[in-house]
Amino acid sequence: MTRSARWIVFWLGAGGVGVLIVLALLKMPSFGGLVHPYRELSVPAAIGRSSPNIVSSVNFDQRALDTLGEETILLGSVVGAAALLRPSKDEREQLDQDEGRVLEATKLLGYLLLPVTLIVGADVVTHGHLTPGGGFQGGVVLATAVHLLYVAGSYKMLRRVRPKSWYQVAEAVAAGAFVVLGLVGLLLTGAFLANIFPRGVLGDLFSSGTVFYLNVAVGAEVTSGVVVLLSGFLAQALSVREVR
Amino acid sequence: MSLLPYFVAGWLLLIGCFGVVRSRDLVHTVVCVAIAQSGTYVLLLSIGFQYGASAPVQGAPGPVVDPVVQALTLTDIVVSATVTALLLALVIQIAKRTDTVDPDELDELRG
Repeated sequence: MTRSARWIVFWLGAGGVGVLIVLALLKMPSFGGLVHPYRELSVPAAIGRSSPNIVSSVNFDQRALDTLGEETILLGSVVGAAALLRPSKDEREQLDQDEGRVLEATKLLGYLLLPVTLIVGADVVTHGHLTPGGGFQGGVVLATAVHLLYVAGSYKMLRRVRPKSWYQVAEAVAAGAFVVLGLVGLLLTGAFLANIFPRGVLGDLFSSGTVFYLNVAVGAEVTSGVVVLLSGFLAQALSVREVR
Repeated sequence: MSLLPYFVAGWLLLIGCFGVVRSRDLVHTVVCVAIAQSGTYVLLLSIGFQYGASAPVQGAPGPVVDPVVQALTLTDIVVSATVTALLLALVIQIAKRTDTVDPDELDELRG
């Protein structure tokens, strides 16, 4: 298709979609209004299950099945990207001897922030049912902490401290743990992903039943998934070379 | 203008698609897809918003905003990130196999 033909198709389509969007949005309730039927249902349900962070309760208790789907999408995408990024048969992994220089200030800041970032990530994962955060957010923070080794240290150091196969196994185990917790609920109560563990006292670390454990499982999966993804991209950029 | 945030969401969707059509570089295309998807975050969050309400964590003063749409937005962000990662991996493969990341040149090469 030529560029001009593509533009004609785009303007016709965008014009149609734009008109439909405007017509639909004009009938929307006013922004910032008082009517929120979902909120009226989900907030009491979350409080009744000792989960002060209502978003986590919605994600890991009230609609945990959707989160299982979301987690499976993540797993599928990591597997797909890892397959696409693996070295082909005329490529080999070669590490450059000279890795350039890291500024002293960057090194200092990186090594100071590494333990802090690990603690913050673990905190965001484990308090996901109490305060804003959860497995997805905390997992990304934890994976970032691992990659501070690359920013402050070197690629070789990152590769030594981050055995890729461990993270691949951890990802599969964490994704499986989510399903196993769901199956335990199915066996005990007859509902998949039912909240089976004792709810505890509102505000305690080990409260809100399964939400805590699902958060930890998702945190482990997201950490490993992001590490595996970034290791694929970093290898493509830094160490995979074509050999003739 | 009480409907403005909804129109911002529609605008983001259309401007993202515009960027995809205008794109001369596949990495740019992938970013435009992510922008088109970010329209859905704005739409979901503005549906759940209420003036004067606080974050949906118990202990916050007064009414809270709708937590269900916030949970949906979180799902949306995760899906967007995974799609972006997969598309970028595909771009790397295309760049290796065809030595170009311009969608128009790909068209010419394949006839």
